[in-house]
Amino acid sequence: MATICNVSEEKALEIKKLQFTYASADEPSLKEISMPIAKNSVTALIGPSGCGKSTLLRSINRMHDLYPGNKYEGEIIYNGRNILDAKEDLINLRINIGMIFQKPTAFPMSIMDNVAYGLKLQGIKNKTELKDRVEKALTDAAIWKEVKDRLKHDANGLSGGQQQRLCIARAIAVEPEILLFDEPTSALDPISTQGIEELVTELKEKVSIVIVTHNMQQAARVSDYTGFMYLGELIELGKTEELFVTPAEKLTEEYITGKFG
Amino acid sequence: MTKIIDNIFANSTRLIAITVLFITAWIFTVLFQESLLSMQTFGLDFVTESKWAPNLEKFGAFAAIMGSVISTFLAMVLAVPVAIGVAIFLSEIAHERLKAPVGVSIELLAAIPSVIYGMWGLFYFVPIIRDIFGGIGIGMLTAGIVLAIMILPFMAAVTRDAMNTTPDILKESAYALGGTKWDVIRDIVIPYSKAGIIGALILALGRAIGETMAVTFVMGNVHKVSWDLTQPATSIPVTLANEFTEADTDLYFSSLFELALILLVISFTIISIAKFYFLRRKRSV
Ligand SMILES: Nc1ncnc2c1ncn2[C@@H]1O[C@H](COP(=O)(O)OP(=O)(O)OP(=O)(O)O)[C@@H](O)[C@H]1O
Ligand SMILES: [Mg+2]
Repeated sequence: MATICNVSEEKALEIKKLQFTYASADEPSLKEISMPIAKNSVTALIGPSGCGKSTLLRSINRMHDLYPGNKYEGEIIYNGRNILDAKEDLINLRINIGMIFQKPTAFPMSIMDNVAYGLKLQGIKNKTELKDRVEKALTDAAIWKEVKDRLKHDANGLSGGQQQRLCIARAIAVEPEILLFDEPTSALDPISTQGIEELVTELKEKVSIVIVTHNMQQAARVSDYTGFMYLGELIELGKTEELFVTPAEKLTEEYITGKFG
Repeated sequence: MTKIIDNIFANSTRLIAITVLFITAWIFTVLFQESLLSMQTFGLDFVTESKWAPNLEKFGAFAAIMGSVISTFLAMVLAVPVAIGVAIFLSEIAHERLKAPVGVSIELLAAIPSVIYGMWGLFYFVPIIRDIFGGIGIGMLTAGIVLAIMILPFMAAVTRDAMNTTPDILKESAYALGGTKWDVIRDIVIPYSKAGIIGALILALGRAIGETMAVTFVMGNVHKVSWDLTQPATSIPVTLANEFTEADTDLYFSSLFELALILLVISFTIISIAKFYFLRRKRSV
Protein backbone atom coordinates (compact mmCIF):
# COMPACT_ATOMS: atom_id res chain seq x y z
CA MET A 1 0.00 0.00 0.00
CA ALA A 2 2.93 2.33 0.54
CA THR A 3 4.36 4.25 -2.39
CA ILE A 4 8.12 3.93 -2.42
CA CYS A 5 10.01 5.64 -5.23
CA ASN A 6 13.13 4.25 -6.79
CA VAL A 7 16.34 6.14 -6.30
CA SER A 8 18.45 7.00 -9.31
CA GLU A 9 21.65 7.20 -7.28
CA GLU A 10 23.62 4.30 -5.95
CA LYS A 11 22.19 3.05 -2.65
CA ALA A 12 24.07 3.73 0.56
CA LEU A 13 21.77 1.42 2.41
CA GLU A 14 18.62 -0.56 1.85
CA ILE A 15 16.03 -1.28 4.48
CA LYS A 16 13.95 -4.38 3.83
CA LYS A 17 10.77 -5.26 5.72
CA LEU A 18 12.19 -3.84 8.93
CA GLN A 19 10.07 -4.51 11.96
CA PHE A 20 11.16 -3.26 15.36
CA THR A 21 9.66 -3.95 18.78
CA TYR A 22 10.74 -2.26 22.03
CA ALA A 23 11.35 -4.54 25.00
CA SER A 24 8.47 -3.02 26.94
CA ALA A 25 6.00 -2.93 24.04
CA ASP A 26 3.61 -5.60 22.77
CA GLU A 27 3.20 -4.08 19.34
CA PRO A 28 6.03 -3.36 16.93
CA SER A 29 6.88 0.35 16.68
CA LEU A 30 8.08 -0.10 13.09
CA LYS A 31 5.99 -2.19 10.75
CA GLU A 32 7.54 -3.78 7.68
CA ILE A 33 9.44 -0.72 6.53
CA SER A 34 11.22 -0.99 3.19
CA MET A 35 13.16 1.87 1.69
CA PRO A 36 16.43 2.70 -0.04
CA ILE A 37 18.77 5.39 1.24
CA ALA A 38 20.45 7.11 -1.72
CA LYS A 39 24.17 7.70 -1.69
CA ASN A 40 25.47 11.28 -1.36
CA SER A 41 21.95 12.55 -0.88
CA VAL A 42 19.86 13.78 1.99
CA THR A 43 16.85 11.67 2.93
CA ALA A 44 14.43 13.36 5.32
CA LEU A 45 11.98 11.50 7.54
CA ILE A 46 8.85 13.40 8.51
CA GLY A 47 5.66 12.46 10.31
CA PRO A 48 3.69 13.22 13.46
CA SER A 49 5.18 12.75 16.91
CA GLY A 50 5.43 9.10 17.95
CA CYS A 51 5.24 7.73 14.41
CA GLY A 52 8.63 6.02 14.74
CA LYS A 53 11.09 8.37 13.03
CA SER A 54 13.68 8.17 15.80
CA THR A 55 13.09 4.47 16.20
CA LEU A 56 13.85 3.91 12.52
CA LEU A 57 16.92 6.12 12.63
CA ARG A 58 18.28 4.39 15.71
CA SER A 59 17.86 1.00 14.06
CA ILE A 60 20.33 1.99 11.35
CA ASN A 61 23.26 2.25 13.78
CA ARG A 62 21.84 -0.38 16.13
CA MET A 63 21.51 2.14 18.96
CA HIS A 64 18.63 0.09 20.34
CA ASP A 65 21.12 -2.61 21.25
CA LEU A 66 22.29 -0.49 24.19
CA TYR A 67 19.09 -1.43 25.96
CA PRO A 68 18.28 -5.09 26.42
CA GLY A 69 15.24 -6.86 25.06
CA ASN A 70 14.62 -4.82 21.91
CA LYS A 71 13.88 -6.87 18.84
CA TYR A 72 14.56 -6.34 15.13
CA GLU A 73 13.09 -8.34 12.26
CA GLY A 74 13.79 -7.93 8.57
CA GLU A 75 17.02 -6.67 7.05
CA ILE A 76 19.11 -3.57 6.64
CA ILE A 77 21.56 -4.15 3.79
CA TYR A 78 24.76 -2.12 3.99
CA ASN A 79 27.84 -2.86 1.89
CA GLY A 80 26.32 -6.16 0.87
CA ARG A 81 25.63 -7.50 4.32
CA ASN A 82 22.66 -7.50 6.68
CA ILE A 83 23.71 -5.32 9.60
CA LEU A 84 20.90 -6.67 11.75
CA ASP A 85 22.76 -9.93 11.83
CA ALA A 86 23.76 -11.01 15.33
CA LYS A 87 27.38 -11.28 14.19
CA GLU A 88 27.58 -7.64 13.10
CA ASP A 89 30.47 -5.74 14.73
CA LEU A 90 28.62 -2.81 16.27
CA ILE A 91 31.73 -0.78 17.07
CA ASN A 92 32.77 -0.87 13.43
CA LEU A 93 29.23 -0.23 12.25
CA ARG A 94 28.90 2.88 14.39
CA ILE A 95 32.22 4.22 13.14
CA ASN A 96 30.83 4.00 9.60
CA ILE A 97 27.35 5.23 10.46
CA GLY A 98 27.54 8.31 12.69
CA MET A 99 24.77 10.02 14.60
CA ILE A 100 23.86 13.56 15.67
CA PHE A 101 21.32 13.97 18.45
CA GLN A 102 18.42 16.23 19.27
CA LYS A 103 20.44 18.19 21.78
CA PRO A 104 24.10 19.10 21.50
CA THR A 105 26.10 16.54 23.44
CA ALA A 106 29.52 18.03 24.05
CA PHE A 107 31.56 15.68 26.20
CA PRO A 108 33.03 16.97 29.48
CA MET A 109 36.42 17.63 27.91
CA SER A 110 38.15 20.22 25.73
CA ILE A 111 37.03 21.15 22.20
CA MET A 112 40.11 19.43 20.77
CA ASP A 113 39.51 16.24 22.78
CA ASN A 114 35.84 16.20 21.79
CA VAL A 115 36.62 16.15 18.09
CA ALA A 116 39.57 13.80 18.50
CA TYR A 117 37.53 11.41 20.62
CA GLY A 118 36.37 9.02 17.91
CA LEU A 119 39.85 9.00 16.38
CA LYS A 120 41.46 8.17 19.70
CA LEU A 121 38.97 5.35 20.18
CA GLN A 122 40.32 3.91 16.96
CA GLY A 123 43.79 3.97 18.44
CA ILE A 124 45.16 6.96 16.53
CA LYS A 125 47.80 8.45 18.82
CA ASN A 126 50.00 10.47 16.47
CA LYS A 127 49.64 14.09 17.64
CA THR A 128 50.09 15.72 14.22
CA GLU A 129 47.65 13.34 12.57
CA LEU A 130 45.09 14.01 15.32
CA LYS A 131 45.60 17.76 14.99
CA ASP A 132 45.26 17.70 11.22
CA ARG A 133 42.14 15.62 11.26
CA VAL A 134 40.57 17.70 14.02
CA GLU A 135 41.25 20.86 12.04
CA LYS A 136 39.80 19.33 8.89
CA ALA A 137 36.67 18.14 10.68
CA LEU A 138 36.16 21.51 12.36
CA THR A 139 36.65 23.26 9.01
CA ASP A 140 34.17 20.95 7.30
CA ALA A 141 31.71 21.62 10.12
CA ALA A 142 32.15 25.37 9.56
CA ILE A 143 33.28 26.09 13.09
CA TRP A 144 37.08 26.13 12.77
CA LYS A 145 37.36 29.92 12.67
CA GLU A 146 35.32 30.32 15.83
CA VAL A 147 37.21 27.80 17.94
CA LYS A 148 40.74 27.66 16.56
CA ASP A 149 42.07 29.90 19.33
CA ARG A 150 40.44 27.98 22.14
CA LEU A 151 40.85 24.33 21.27
CA LYS A 152 41.99 23.60 24.80
CA HIS A 153 38.90 25.16 26.39
CA ASP A 154 36.03 23.16 27.83
CA ALA A 155 33.55 22.41 25.06
CA ASN A 156 30.65 23.19 27.36
CA GLY A 157 31.58 26.86 27.13
CA LEU A 158 30.36 27.03 23.52
CA SER A 159 26.88 28.20 22.52
CA GLY A 160 24.21 25.63 21.65
CA GLY A 161 24.63 26.12 17.91
CA GLN A 162 28.41 25.92 18.18
CA GLN A 163 28.14 22.79 20.30
CA GLN A 164 25.92 21.16 17.71
CA ARG A 165 28.43 21.95 14.98
CA LEU A 166 31.15 20.62 17.26
CA CYS A 167 29.17 17.39 17.50
CA ILE A 168 28.95 17.28 13.73
CA ALA A 169 32.70 17.84 13.51
CA ARG A 170 33.22 15.04 16.02
CA ALA A 171 31.03 12.73 13.95
CA ILE A 172 32.67 13.52 10.59
CA ALA A 173 36.21 13.33 12.02
CA VAL A 174 36.03 9.54 11.86
CA GLU A 175 34.97 9.81 8.19
CA PRO A 176 31.71 7.88 8.28
CA GLU A 177 29.86 6.90 5.12
CA ILE A 178 26.44 7.66 6.53
CA LEU A 179 25.32 10.31 9.03
CA LEU A 180 22.05 10.08 10.93
CA PHE A 181 20.56 13.32 12.26
CA ASP A 182 17.70 13.14 14.78
CA GLU A 183 16.05 16.59 14.82
CA PRO A 184 19.45 18.28 15.05
CA THR A 185 18.03 21.79 15.21
CA SER A 186 15.12 21.31 17.59
CA ALA A 187 17.08 22.86 20.47
CA LEU A 188 18.56 25.71 18.43
CA ASP A 189 17.69 29.30 17.53
CA PRO A 190 16.77 30.19 13.90
CA ILE A 191 20.23 31.45 12.96
CA SER A 192 22.01 28.38 14.28
CA THR A 193 19.36 26.27 12.58
CA GLN A 194 20.12 27.89 9.25
CA GLY A 195 23.81 27.20 9.77
CA ILE A 196 23.19 23.52 10.45
CA GLU A 197 20.89 23.23 7.42
CA GLU A 198 23.53 24.71 5.13
CA LEU A 199 26.06 22.35 6.64
CA VAL A 200 23.85 19.34 5.98
CA THR A 201 23.51 20.18 2.30
CA GLU A 202 27.27 20.69 2.01
CA LEU A 203 28.11 17.46 3.79
CA LYS A 204 26.29 15.28 1.30
CA GLU A 205 29.22 15.59 -1.07
CA LYS A 206 31.06 13.27 1.25
CA VAL A 207 28.44 11.34 3.18
CA SER A 208 24.94 10.01 2.77
CA ILE A 209 22.54 11.64 5.19
CA VAL A 210 19.29 10.65 6.86
CA ILE A 211 17.66 13.46 8.80
CA VAL A 212 14.60 13.27 11.02
CA THR A 213 12.73 16.52 11.33
CA HIS A 214 9.50 17.84 12.71
CA ASN A 215 9.70 20.74 10.40
CA MET A 216 8.39 20.20 6.86
CA GLN A 217 10.02 23.39 5.57
CA GLN A 218 13.32 22.06 6.80
CA ALA A 219 12.77 18.77 5.01
CA ALA A 220 11.90 20.65 1.83
CA ARG A 221 14.97 22.87 2.14
CA VAL A 222 17.63 20.28 2.82
CA SER A 223 16.56 16.96 1.41
CA ASP A 224 16.58 15.17 -1.93
CA TYR A 225 14.22 12.45 -0.79
CA THR A 226 11.52 12.59 1.84
CA GLY A 227 9.84 9.72 3.64
CA PHE A 228 6.54 10.25 5.39
CA MET A 229 5.88 7.96 8.33
CA TYR A 230 2.66 7.38 10.18
CA LEU A 231 1.93 5.01 13.08
CA GLY A 232 5.08 2.98 12.58
CA GLU A 233 4.67 2.63 8.83
CA LEU A 234 6.43 4.31 5.95
CA ILE A 235 3.53 5.66 3.94
CA GLU A 236 5.47 7.25 1.13
CA LEU A 237 9.00 7.85 -0.02
CA GLY A 238 9.49 10.25 -2.88
CA LYS A 239 11.72 12.84 -4.41
CA THR A 240 11.33 15.81 -2.11
CA GLU A 241 10.12 18.22 -4.78
CA GLU A 242 7.51 15.70 -5.93
CA LEU A 243 6.35 14.54 -2.53
CA PHE A 244 5.56 18.04 -1.34
CA VAL A 245 3.86 19.09 -4.58
CA THR A 246 2.14 15.96 -5.82
CA PRO A 247 2.01 13.41 -3.04
CA ALA A 248 0.92 9.96 -4.17
CA GLU A 249 -0.79 8.98 -0.94
CA LYS A 250 -3.84 10.60 0.56
CA LEU A 251 -2.36 10.46 4.07
CA THR A 252 0.76 12.25 2.92
CA GLU A 253 -1.30 14.97 1.35
CA GLU A 254 -3.37 15.42 4.49
CA TYR A 255 -0.23 15.64 6.59
CA ILE A 256 1.62 18.14 4.42
CA THR A 257 -1.44 20.32 4.07
CA GLY A 258 -1.71 20.41 7.85
CA LYS A 259 -4.94 18.42 8.21
CA PHE A 260 -3.40 16.48 11.12
CA GLY A 261 -0.20 16.06 13.06
CA MET B 1 -8.55 30.98 52.19
CA THR B 2 -5.77 29.19 50.28
CA LYS B 3 -3.65 32.26 50.95
CA ILE B 4 -4.05 31.81 54.71
CA ILE B 5 -3.16 28.12 54.47
CA ASP B 6 -0.14 29.02 52.35
CA ASN B 7 0.90 31.54 54.96
CA ILE B 8 0.52 29.11 57.83
CA PHE B 9 2.51 26.55 55.88
CA ALA B 10 5.26 28.98 54.95
CA ASN B 11 5.60 30.28 58.49
CA SER B 12 5.59 26.89 60.18
CA THR B 13 8.22 25.50 57.82
CA ARG B 14 10.30 28.60 58.38
CA LEU B 15 9.98 28.08 62.13
CA ILE B 16 11.12 24.47 61.81
CA ALA B 17 14.11 25.51 59.72
CA ILE B 18 15.10 28.13 62.28
CA THR B 19 14.71 25.57 65.07
CA VAL B 20 17.17 23.27 63.33
CA LEU B 21 19.70 26.09 63.06
CA PHE B 22 19.08 26.98 66.67
CA ILE B 23 19.68 23.43 67.89
CA THR B 24 22.94 23.24 65.94
CA ALA B 25 24.13 26.49 67.48
CA TRP B 26 23.02 25.30 70.89
CA ILE B 27 25.01 22.07 70.65
CA PHE B 28 28.07 24.03 69.62
CA THR B 29 27.64 26.40 72.54
CA VAL B 30 27.22 23.62 75.08
CA LEU B 31 30.27 21.74 73.82
CA PHE B 32 32.29 24.92 73.84
CA GLN B 33 31.24 25.96 77.37
CA GLU B 34 31.87 22.53 78.80
CA SER B 35 35.30 22.38 77.10
CA LEU B 36 36.46 25.71 78.53
CA LEU B 37 38.05 24.21 81.63
CA SER B 38 40.07 21.73 79.60
CA MET B 39 41.08 24.39 77.07
CA GLN B 40 42.29 26.71 79.81
CA THR B 41 44.19 23.93 81.57
CA PHE B 42 45.94 22.31 78.59
CA GLY B 43 45.79 24.86 75.80
CA LEU B 44 47.21 23.52 72.56
CA ASP B 45 48.92 20.66 74.41
CA PHE B 46 45.54 18.98 74.41
CA VAL B 47 45.82 18.14 70.72
CA THR B 48 49.57 17.41 70.62
CA GLU B 49 49.96 15.27 73.73
CA SER B 50 48.97 11.62 73.68
CA LYS B 51 49.26 10.96 77.40
CA TRP B 52 45.75 10.31 78.67
CA ALA B 53 45.95 9.57 82.38
CA PRO B 54 42.75 10.24 84.30
CA ASN B 55 44.38 9.28 87.61
CA LEU B 56 47.01 12.02 87.09
CA GLU B 57 44.46 14.50 85.73
CA LYS B 58 46.50 14.62 82.53
CA PHE B 59 44.60 14.60 79.25
CA GLY B 60 46.04 14.68 75.74
CA ALA B 61 43.88 13.89 72.73
CA PHE B 62 46.58 13.17 70.19
CA ALA B 63 46.17 9.39 70.29
CA ALA B 64 42.41 9.63 69.91
CA ILE B 65 42.65 12.11 67.05
CA MET B 66 45.28 10.02 65.28
CA GLY B 67 43.16 6.92 65.91
CA SER B 68 40.21 8.56 64.20
CA VAL B 69 42.36 9.70 61.32
CA ILE B 70 44.13 6.36 60.82
CA SER B 71 41.05 4.14 61.16
CA THR B 72 39.13 6.39 58.76
CA PHE B 73 42.02 6.48 56.32
CA LEU B 74 42.27 2.68 56.40
CA ALA B 75 38.54 2.38 55.89
CA MET B 76 38.64 4.75 52.92
CA VAL B 77 41.58 2.99 51.30
CA LEU B 78 39.76 -0.32 51.57
CA ALA B 79 36.25 0.88 50.73
CA VAL B 80 36.72 3.45 47.94
CA PRO B 81 37.90 1.10 45.16
CA VAL B 82 35.25 -1.48 45.99
CA ALA B 83 32.50 1.13 46.24
CA ILE B 84 33.43 2.66 42.90
CA GLY B 85 33.52 -0.79 41.35
CA VAL B 86 30.09 -1.64 42.73
CA ALA B 87 28.72 1.72 41.60
CA ILE B 88 30.04 1.26 38.06
CA PHE B 89 28.56 -2.22 37.98
CA LEU B 90 25.18 -1.01 39.19
CA SER B 91 24.90 2.05 37.01
CA GLU B 92 26.50 0.86 33.80
CA ILE B 93 27.09 -2.86 33.60
CA ALA B 94 24.44 -4.84 35.45
CA HIS B 95 21.52 -6.14 33.44
CA GLU B 96 18.35 -4.10 33.97
CA ARG B 97 16.77 -6.98 35.81
CA LEU B 98 19.69 -7.13 38.24
CA LYS B 99 19.98 -3.38 38.89
CA ALA B 100 16.91 -2.96 41.03
CA PRO B 101 17.29 -5.99 43.35
CA VAL B 102 21.02 -5.48 43.89
CA GLY B 103 20.54 -1.75 44.30
CA VAL B 104 17.85 -2.26 46.92
CA SER B 105 19.90 -4.82 48.85
CA ILE B 106 22.77 -2.37 48.99
CA GLU B 107 20.47 0.29 50.33
CA LEU B 108 19.24 -2.22 52.92
CA LEU B 109 22.81 -3.00 53.92
CA ALA B 110 23.37 0.72 54.37
CA ALA B 111 20.42 0.75 56.75
CA ILE B 112 21.85 -1.86 59.13
CA PRO B 113 22.45 -0.13 62.49
CA SER B 114 26.17 0.25 63.02
CA VAL B 115 26.09 -1.49 66.42
CA ILE B 116 25.29 -4.67 64.51
CA TYR B 117 28.40 -4.26 62.39
CA GLY B 118 30.31 -3.82 65.66
CA MET B 119 28.93 -7.02 67.21
CA TRP B 120 29.47 -8.98 64.02
CA GLY B 121 33.02 -7.62 63.83
CA LEU B 122 33.77 -8.58 67.41
CA PHE B 123 32.56 -12.16 67.15
CA TYR B 124 33.52 -13.05 63.59
CA PHE B 125 36.16 -10.64 62.43
CA VAL B 126 38.38 -10.35 65.48
CA PRO B 127 39.26 -14.09 65.48
CA ILE B 128 40.05 -13.98 61.76
CA ILE B 129 42.35 -10.98 62.11
CA ARG B 130 43.97 -12.63 65.14
CA ASP B 131 44.66 -15.78 63.14
CA ILE B 132 46.05 -13.96 60.13
CA PHE B 133 47.96 -11.04 61.62
CA GLY B 134 48.57 -12.13 65.21
CA GLY B 135 47.97 -9.89 68.22
CA ILE B 136 44.69 -10.06 70.08
CA GLY B 137 42.58 -9.27 67.05
CA ILE B 138 41.23 -6.10 68.58
CA GLY B 139 42.84 -2.97 67.21
CA MET B 140 43.24 -0.41 64.49
CA LEU B 141 43.28 -2.83 61.57
CA THR B 142 40.09 -4.58 62.63
CA ALA B 143 38.43 -1.22 63.24
CA GLY B 144 39.48 0.00 59.80
CA ILE B 145 38.13 -3.12 58.11
CA VAL B 146 34.81 -3.12 59.98
CA LEU B 147 34.47 0.59 59.27
CA ALA B 148 35.18 -0.04 55.60
CA ILE B 149 32.50 -2.72 55.45
CA MET B 150 30.07 -0.45 57.27
CA ILE B 151 30.47 2.58 54.98
CA LEU B 152 30.74 0.57 51.79
CA PRO B 153 27.02 0.21 51.02
CA PHE B 154 26.33 3.89 51.65
CA MET B 155 29.33 4.90 49.61
CA ALA B 156 28.42 2.61 46.74
CA ALA B 157 24.79 3.74 46.71
CA VAL B 158 25.60 7.46 46.69
CA THR B 159 28.36 6.99 44.10
CA ARG B 160 25.94 5.08 41.90
CA ASP B 161 23.39 7.89 42.25
CA ALA B 162 26.06 10.35 41.15
CA MET B 163 26.94 8.22 38.13
CA ASN B 164 23.28 7.83 37.23
CA THR B 165 23.04 11.58 36.66
CA THR B 166 25.03 11.16 33.44
CA PRO B 167 22.49 11.84 30.66
CA ASP B 168 21.78 8.84 28.41
CA ILE B 169 22.13 11.05 25.35
CA LEU B 170 25.73 11.82 26.31
CA LYS B 171 26.57 8.15 26.71
CA GLU B 172 24.79 7.33 23.45
CA SER B 173 26.88 9.97 21.69
CA ALA B 174 30.04 8.18 22.74
CA TYR B 175 28.66 4.79 21.73
CA ALA B 176 27.67 6.33 18.40
CA LEU B 177 31.35 7.10 17.77
CA GLY B 178 32.29 3.46 18.23
CA GLY B 179 32.92 3.51 21.97
CA THR B 180 32.83 0.36 24.04
CA LYS B 181 31.14 0.16 27.42
CA TRP B 182 34.48 0.65 29.13
CA ASP B 183 35.34 3.68 26.93
CA VAL B 184 32.04 5.27 27.88
CA ILE B 185 32.52 4.61 31.61
CA ARG B 186 36.06 5.96 31.62
CA ASP B 187 35.62 8.95 29.30
CA ILE B 188 32.05 10.03 29.85
CA VAL B 189 30.41 8.70 33.01
CA ILE B 190 33.29 9.20 35.42
CA PRO B 191 34.39 12.64 34.17
CA TYR B 192 30.81 13.85 33.99
CA SER B 193 29.92 12.76 37.51
CA LYS B 194 33.34 13.39 39.04
CA ALA B 195 32.21 16.15 41.37
CA GLY B 196 29.27 14.06 42.57
CA ILE B 197 31.47 11.02 43.10
CA ILE B 198 34.00 12.96 45.16
CA GLY B 199 31.13 14.47 47.13
CA ALA B 200 29.76 10.98 47.79
CA LEU B 201 33.13 9.72 48.95
CA ILE B 202 33.59 12.67 51.29
CA LEU B 203 30.11 12.19 52.75
CA ALA B 204 31.07 8.58 53.47
CA LEU B 205 34.30 9.83 55.03
CA GLY B 206 32.28 12.10 57.29
CA ARG B 207 30.26 9.10 58.41
CA ALA B 208 33.33 7.00 59.04
CA ILE B 209 35.09 9.58 61.16
CA GLY B 210 32.16 10.01 63.52
CA GLU B 211 31.27 6.34 63.65
CA THR B 212 31.05 5.08 67.19
CA MET B 213 29.28 1.79 67.68
CA ALA B 214 30.85 -0.17 64.84
CA VAL B 215 34.37 0.53 66.12
CA THR B 216 33.86 0.67 69.87
CA PHE B 217 33.65 -3.13 69.97
CA VAL B 218 36.75 -3.83 67.96
CA MET B 219 39.13 -0.93 68.55
CA GLY B 220 40.07 -1.47 72.19
CA ASN B 221 40.48 1.72 74.17
CA VAL B 222 44.18 2.37 74.47
CA HIS B 223 45.51 5.92 74.26
CA LYS B 224 48.68 5.16 72.42
CA VAL B 225 49.83 5.94 68.91
CA SER B 226 51.35 2.84 67.38
CA TRP B 227 52.31 2.07 63.83
CA ASP B 228 51.59 -1.59 64.47
CA LEU B 229 48.02 -1.70 63.25
CA THR B 230 47.24 -4.94 65.05
CA GLN B 231 47.60 -3.18 68.39
CA PRO B 232 44.56 -1.94 70.28
CA ALA B 233 44.06 1.79 69.90
CA THR B 234 41.32 4.36 70.32
CA SER B 235 39.52 7.06 68.39
CA ILE B 236 37.55 10.11 69.46
CA PRO B 237 34.10 8.48 69.43
CA VAL B 238 35.46 5.30 71.02
CA THR B 239 36.93 7.30 73.88
CA LEU B 240 33.70 9.19 74.37
CA ALA B 241 31.58 6.03 74.36
CA ASN B 242 33.85 4.24 76.80
CA GLU B 243 34.70 6.96 79.24
CA PHE B 244 31.79 9.26 79.88
CA THR B 245 30.44 7.09 82.66
CA GLU B 246 33.86 7.10 84.32
CA ALA B 247 34.47 10.82 84.18
CA ASP B 248 34.58 11.55 87.90
CA THR B 249 36.34 14.90 87.90
CA ASP B 250 35.44 18.22 86.31
CA LEU B 251 38.62 18.25 84.25
CA TYR B 252 38.08 14.70 82.97
CA PHE B 253 34.53 15.63 82.05
CA SER B 254 35.63 18.84 80.35
CA SER B 255 38.38 17.04 78.41
CA LEU B 256 35.84 14.63 76.99
CA PHE B 257 33.74 17.58 75.91
CA GLU B 258 36.72 19.13 74.18
CA LEU B 259 37.23 15.84 72.33
CA ALA B 260 33.61 15.94 71.26
CA LEU B 261 34.01 19.54 70.08
CA ILE B 262 37.03 18.55 67.99
CA LEU B 263 35.05 15.70 66.42
CA LEU B 264 32.14 18.01 65.68
CA VAL B 265 34.38 20.56 64.00
CA ILE B 266 36.08 17.87 61.90
CA SER B 267 32.77 16.33 60.83
CA PHE B 268 31.24 19.71 60.06
CA THR B 269 34.18 20.70 57.94
CA ILE B 270 34.13 17.45 55.98
CA ILE B 271 30.40 17.47 55.36
CA SER B 272 30.48 21.14 54.39
CA ILE B 273 33.21 20.55 51.84
CA ALA B 274 31.21 17.69 50.35
CA LYS B 275 27.90 19.54 50.32
CA PHE B 276 28.85 23.02 49.38
CA TYR B 277 31.73 22.39 47.08
CA PHE B 278 31.20 19.08 45.33
CA LEU B 279 27.49 18.38 45.51
CA ARG B 280 26.39 21.92 44.67
CA ARG B 281 27.79 22.17 41.21
CA LYS B 282 25.26 21.50 38.54
CA ARG B 283 25.88 20.55 34.96
CA SER B 284 23.88 21.26 31.88
CA VAL B 285 23.04 18.90 28.98
N1 LIG C 1 12.16 3.17 24.86
C1 LIG C 1 10.91 2.91 24.40
N2 LIG C 1 10.21 1.87 24.89
C2 LIG C 1 8.96 1.60 24.44
N3 LIG C 1 8.34 2.30 23.50
C3 LIG C 1 8.99 3.35 22.96
C4 LIG C 1 10.32 3.70 23.39
N4 LIG C 1 10.70 4.78 22.68
C5 LIG C 1 9.68 5.08 21.86
N5 LIG C 1 8.65 4.23 22.01
C6 LIG C 1 7.39 4.23 21.26
O1 LIG C 1 7.67 3.98 19.91
C7 LIG C 1 6.89 4.82 19.07
C8 LIG C 1 7.77 5.61 18.15
O2 LIG C 1 8.54 6.52 18.90
P1 LIG C 1 9.64 7.45 18.26
O3 LIG C 1 10.40 8.06 19.37
O4 LIG C 1 10.41 6.68 17.27
O5 LIG C 1 8.76 8.53 17.54
P2 LIG C 1 9.20 9.82 16.74
O6 LIG C 1 8.55 9.74 15.43
O7 LIG C 1 10.67 9.99 16.79
O8 LIG C 1 8.49 10.97 17.59
P3 LIG C 1 8.99 12.43 17.94
O9 LIG C 1 8.72 13.23 16.72
O10 LIG C 1 8.11 12.84 19.06
O11 LIG C 1 10.43 12.36 18.29
C9 LIG C 1 6.05 5.67 19.98
O12 LIG C 1 4.77 5.09 20.06
C10 LIG C 1 6.73 5.60 21.31
O13 LIG C 1 5.81 5.67 22.36
MG1 LIG D 1 12.02 11.37 17.72
